[in-house]
Amino acid sequence: MVNIYNNAKEALNGLLKDDLMIMAGGFGLCGIPEHLIEEIRVSGTKNLTIISNNCGVDDFGLGLLLKNHQIKKMISSYVGENKTFEQQYLNKEIEIEFNPQGVLAERIRAGGAGIPAFYNKTGVGTIVAEGKEIREFDGKKYIMERGLFADIAIIKGWKADKAGNIIYRKTARNFNPIMATAAKITIAEVEEIVEIGELDHDNIHTPSIYVHRLFEAKHEKRIERLLTRIKS
Amino acid sequence: MAWTKEEMCELAAKEEFKDGFFINLGIGMPTDVANYIPQNISVSLHSENGMLGMGPFPYEGEADPDLINAGKQTISELPESSYFDSAASFAMVRGGHIDLTILGALQVSEHGDLANWTIPGKMVKGMGGAMDLVANVRRVVVMMEHTAKDGTPKLLKNCSFPLTGKECVDRVITDLAMFDINRDTKIMKLIKISPNVTIEEIRAKTEAYFE
Repeated sequence: MVNIYNNAKEALNGLLKDDLMIMAGGFGLCGIPEHLIEEIRVSGTKNLTIISNNCGVDDFGLGLLLKNHQIKKMISSYVGENKTFEQQYLNKEIEIEFNPQGVLAERIRAGGAGIPAFYNKTGVGTIVAEGKEIREFDGKKYIMERGLFADIAIIKGWKADKAGNIIYRKTARNFNPIMATAAKITIAEVEEIVEIGELDHDNIHTPSIYVHRLFEAKHEKRIERLLTRIKS
Repeated sequence: MAWTKEEMCELAAKEEFKDGFFINLGIGMPTDVANYIPQNISVSLHSENGMLGMGPFPYEGEADPDLINAGKQTISELPESSYFDSAASFAMVRGGHIDLTILGALQVSEHGDLANWTIPGKMVKGMGGAMDLVANVRRVVVMMEHTAKDGTPKLLKNCSFPLTGKECVDRVITDLAMFDINRDTKIMKLIKISPNVTIEEIRAKTEAYFE
């Protein structure tokens, strides 16, 4: 059953400690759990392993935890928007495990679905394959990749009902629904909590079984690269 | 005269886009190929962060922070657009459902090896979705400058940078020429030369063997 809280601080109460493995939803700054990240920054917990496609920017999103030296290791596909990361990596303060984006997504999906490992063609003949089991199926080589399961998943939804069912909006969905399935405890922040029955049962993206803690908040939703065209 | 970026994009669209194709365009120059979709055909653009049927940049004042492409740029939706999560997005890629991808490159080898994600000691950004795309999309096309900024060839016998994919490139379009790499014979062939560029100039600027 989901528990509903007033804010990020309450929703994280009793959960945070050093050395946790945390999954954080979002792609770039789109669909990131900005309040939970900020609260983890305030808590000051250290030696975190963060699984997230990206690492925010220097002054927003997961970049805040980097700046505060709380992250020991990142499991990501792309961290190019972040100078703090590059500095800490070159100073050997932080470890990185780069995963091809599709491998990362499938490792999370598999972890949440109780699948310990799977075979996949991405990265054969590259450094991604190093140290991993290679197996041939139908004459083609595949790499064995492991499922991922974290201590905590922090995710961002658009709307949730009071039962904990969640829907996302447009490309802010990204890694959020799969991460919701792949942790011992999933905490969701949403823009609006509605009454049970107000969400269309046929269009729930994350069923309530995956959501343990929930709160509503107003989101900044910063745009990373604003591009527009002029109406002609 | 070497092809301009615009001419390269126009050529790529004309040569590669087929009616009904599902296409993934990489960040940078490949993204601009979408501006040259031939009028008589319709294609659907895949964005690996979870969208099919990607629309153009939004009108001023209509940008939506919940609607971006894989380059984190604001975009718009089309009547036929659909959204899905990252695992579903890469199931489309891995399952071989995407017809074509066009990507940039740092180096390409004569056998079709591609290096485009890292320069050891220099660039620590990550591969994003590039490795998944080149390993699994039916047709892989590379667009790049023929030589690096310092004039050294980018079409090589073997890539010196860490690979994104092995023997995965079907075609390379540079500002000087277009080459095909046959996946079975592993032989690179010169297909087209930009106007007034000589074959001698191309040979001088290419380390890879080609026919």
